[in-house]
Amino acid sequence: MAYEAVIGLECHIQLATRTKMFCECPVEFGAAPNTNVCPVCLGLPGALPVTNRAAIDAALRLGLALGCDVRAESVFARKNYFYPDMPKNYQISQYDRPLCEGGTLPVVMAGEERRFALTRIHAEEDTGKSFHPERLGDRKISRVDFNRAGVPLLELVTEPVLREASECAAFLTALRRLVRWLGISDADMEKGQLRCDANVSIRPPGQTTLGTKTEIKNLNSIKGVEKGIVAEIARQTAVLESGGRIEQATLLYDADHDKLAIMRSKEFAHDYRYFPEPDLPTLVTSDAWRADARVRLPELPWVREERLIADYALPPYDAAVLTEERDLSDYFEELARGVPPKTASNWLMTEGLRHMKENGWDVEGWRLRMPVGAFATLVQKVEAGELTGTLAKQALATALQEGAAIDAVLARPEFQVRSSSDDLLPLVRAVVAEHPGPVSQYRSGKLQTIGFLVGQVMKMSNGQAVPQTVKQLLESELARLE
Amino acid sequence: MNRADAWRHSARATAAAVRDGALRAADAVESGWEGPGRTWEDSVHAMVHADPAARSAGAASVAAGPLAGVPVVVKDNLCTTEYPTTCGSKILAGYRPPYDATVIRRLRAAGAVVTGKGNMDEFAMGSSTEYSAYGPTRNPYDLARVPGGSSGGPAAAVAYGLAPIGLGSDTGGSVRQPAAFCGVFGLKPTYGRLSRYGLVAFGSSLDQVGIFARHAGDVALTYEVLAGSDPCDATTRPGAAPDVSGWDSGVRGLRFGWPANLWAKSVDRDVIDGLEEAAAALERAGAERVPFDFLPGEYAVATYYLVATAEASSNLARFDGVRYGFRHPDGDDVRQLYVKTRSAGFGPEVQRRILLGTYALSAGYYDAYYLKAQRARTRIRREYQDAFARCDFMLLPAAPTLAFRIGEKTEDPLAMYLSDIFTIGANLAGIPGLTVPVGLAPSGLPRAVQLLGPEDSEPALLRAGRALEVRGDGARLARTHETEFPWPTKR
Repeated sequence: MAYEAVIGLECHIQLATRTKMFCECPVEFGAAPNTNVCPVCLGLPGALPVTNRAAIDAALRLGLALGCDVRAESVFARKNYFYPDMPKNYQISQYDRPLCEGGTLPVVMAGEERRFALTRIHAEEDTGKSFHPERLGDRKISRVDFNRAGVPLLELVTEPVLREASECAAFLTALRRLVRWLGISDADMEKGQLRCDANVSIRPPGQTTLGTKTEIKNLNSIKGVEKGIVAEIARQTAVLESGGRIEQATLLYDADHDKLAIMRSKEFAHDYRYFPEPDLPTLVTSDAWRADARVRLPELPWVREERLIADYALPPYDAAVLTEERDLSDYFEELARGVPPKTASNWLMTEGLRHMKENGWDVEGWRLRMPVGAFATLVQKVEAGELTGTLAKQALATALQEGAAIDAVLARPEFQVRSSSDDLLPLVRAVVAEHPGPVSQYRSGKLQTIGFLVGQVMKMSNGQAVPQTVKQLLESELARLE
Repeated sequence: MNRADAWRHSARATAAAVRDGALRAADAVESGWEGPGRTWEDSVHAMVHADPAARSAGAASVAAGPLAGVPVVVKDNLCTTEYPTTCGSKILAGYRPPYDATVIRRLRAAGAVVTGKGNMDEFAMGSSTEYSAYGPTRNPYDLARVPGGSSGGPAAAVAYGLAPIGLGSDTGGSVRQPAAFCGVFGLKPTYGRLSRYGLVAFGSSLDQVGIFARHAGDVALTYEVLAGSDPCDATTRPGAAPDVSGWDSGVRGLRFGWPANLWAKSVDRDVIDGLEEAAAALERAGAERVPFDFLPGEYAVATYYLVATAEASSNLARFDGVRYGFRHPDGDDVRQLYVKTRSAGFGPEVQRRILLGTYALSAGYYDAYYLKAQRARTRIRREYQDAFARCDFMLLPAAPTLAFRIGEKTEDPLAMYLSDIFTIGANLAGIPGLTVPVGLAPSGLPRAVQLLGPEDSEPALLRAGRALEVRGDGARLARTHETEFPWPTKR
């Protein structure tokens, strides 16, 4: 029997604030262990937390972007459990009065916009990191790095509204785009800046009550989320089909071996003993603060995606690619002021993204080397027939490689087009003479062979010949042979 | 003033002498150690950490502030960089904080020198200082008796003359009750007026740093130095602290509540005598007595022990042997490390309260215990507000008895908890309370009264406290006779 899966996600978003959630230690990835620490984030006796307003502001903007109800008064709570990398053995989080509730994340799947309902978004602090087991002489030891302890996190929880692993992957991709778009997180899953746990249950089609759920942790890439959920749905299905029962449990997903392992079963489930954090006053987000945060929201990615389709007549695919990053869509819109939009999109998506990827540049890095005006000039020359596509691509590569201005590169002799018949006819004749086979194929009616011959002439001209001219010259030369 | 007699003087006079160059800071600081310290410390055991080198380093660099050169004894749950901070617990044996508590920083900025760390019940849980892992403190007025607790060490040290000022912490009476047992002033300020940053937490929503002194004027002086918001403590109150400079301006026109129903039963005659004499003295000084019945929530003790233990169970979770303090050597895995470290590191009273608090917060019990206690607390706070609509402050006992005997209540936790019955209300309501010594009982033990006022009523409490300042023979103490005090005598 085919079962229906019901999935809810819990996503942790590490905020890119300057300082930690409750102290002034810097938020920094990759510092030497235990260097970005102080009495507060080490949980030393007597130390007290003070809320970082920048982190709350980031949470507010995310909440407003997702259409959540933002509480004017929310409450921090202590989540109590023992773990060596948690300095106080409680985590300052939020419980029954979180900052944001409700809201939806729009996700475009197969050209269709879906809106996935959210339960809540709350602010909390991250834990440190354990490394184990290591050895010291004959003893097994663990080490703990508290640099991450106290880094601001937002926990975003969805309603159980996802049905397939692929939806979860699309959801996370959309969430990652949004938090980067808002500039609140780098959301690099490899660095743990975006983390995801999934609650999964299955049920026979048509059943409205929920099955027993399991929680999968350690899903540290979008691919891993998808594969982990697929594996868990398969595992649960096999259990039910063999007449078994699903036990409530927390599972760890091992992406390297595509395996799930039980971390703890229900009988060892934690009782977190939540209660309001007495060291922090009620978190008040005034009307003015919320209104200001709303004003500071940029045009949201899904809105811009729709607008690129409507205003520039771009295919949905192009709009999706160009709105993967806010900077990229900004660059596109600037480029489209001087270049036909679809042409701008093509050049940016192929040449632009290729160079960014090959060189490891972000859009900002690309813009530094290829200002919009310069890129527009290049594309305009191709549009005007003053430059071939091949030459333009070569010129672009040369300019980027040498760090030279595109105008200076285009002025070089090797980037001038050759379009005069007198100039090109000797090349055409040489190619016809050198390739009797294709020539006879063409003459016996396989007219598409001309493409090959054009290519040979282009090669001989180092790409400088204008293809249309070459084609005309070849056609008349081949006709003349008869 | 000189090294031999500086210890008898008030902090105010000592600081003035140091600022004027009439007394060296080192002499001011060592006076208490060389005089009464030699007489008393071995038998009283008020101090758990003291270090002559740290004192002389402190004295060598005093600021010319309002407390210039004044030695201050601080309870061992306030973080200090030059002494260990052990909270009377084995689990923090040898722990030396890398930072000073905000109140310690303010003391130093005002010129004070921390003269040592005072003994306390482990993690401030207790009312007798018998639950210290470093041995009990004794009452200097009767060495067979307790000094009260949990801040018994600083209270006893100030009483016998080691220092004119002490700092304690008051979660349910831990400053006001030992102040009463040792015959000194003890102020628990309004919640949020003194920073808790660097005070090792017991019950965060109840804890407040408190001040011991032998004179009302020294309490006012110290309050002025310490009170005020702290960017490191989000629970401090914004804005300026109330102005207590009028502490010696008399009580004319003040109305004091007289809830005599509170001591109708189970309160010692000596305590009641002290209250009646104090009330009469206040009336003679021009204050008006307002009698009324006051029932500050029948459930105050239950409420207090739920809130305090719930918060404590979480606050004390960090003592696990992983990062600092005591670690049991035999932990084979992390769970065993936790269990063995905490079982061996915490004493029985602390373990009892952690268990109580953990239970109160557990799934299925939270609503019945913690949540209900929070509701009761709101109601108790309102009852105090209502009472203060009728008076500027009220007079009541600090404790139902005078200092009790060592060992008398250690086997009966409930009896020990009930000794807090008159003090816990102020912590639940967040209001200030001041213990005022009113001479000695015929037995030679100190007597005291407690004044409770609404939020930020410290100025009125200190005015009344000053008006009640008395000599050993019960006569009012003149301001010019600031060395007079019913000093304990060695028996």
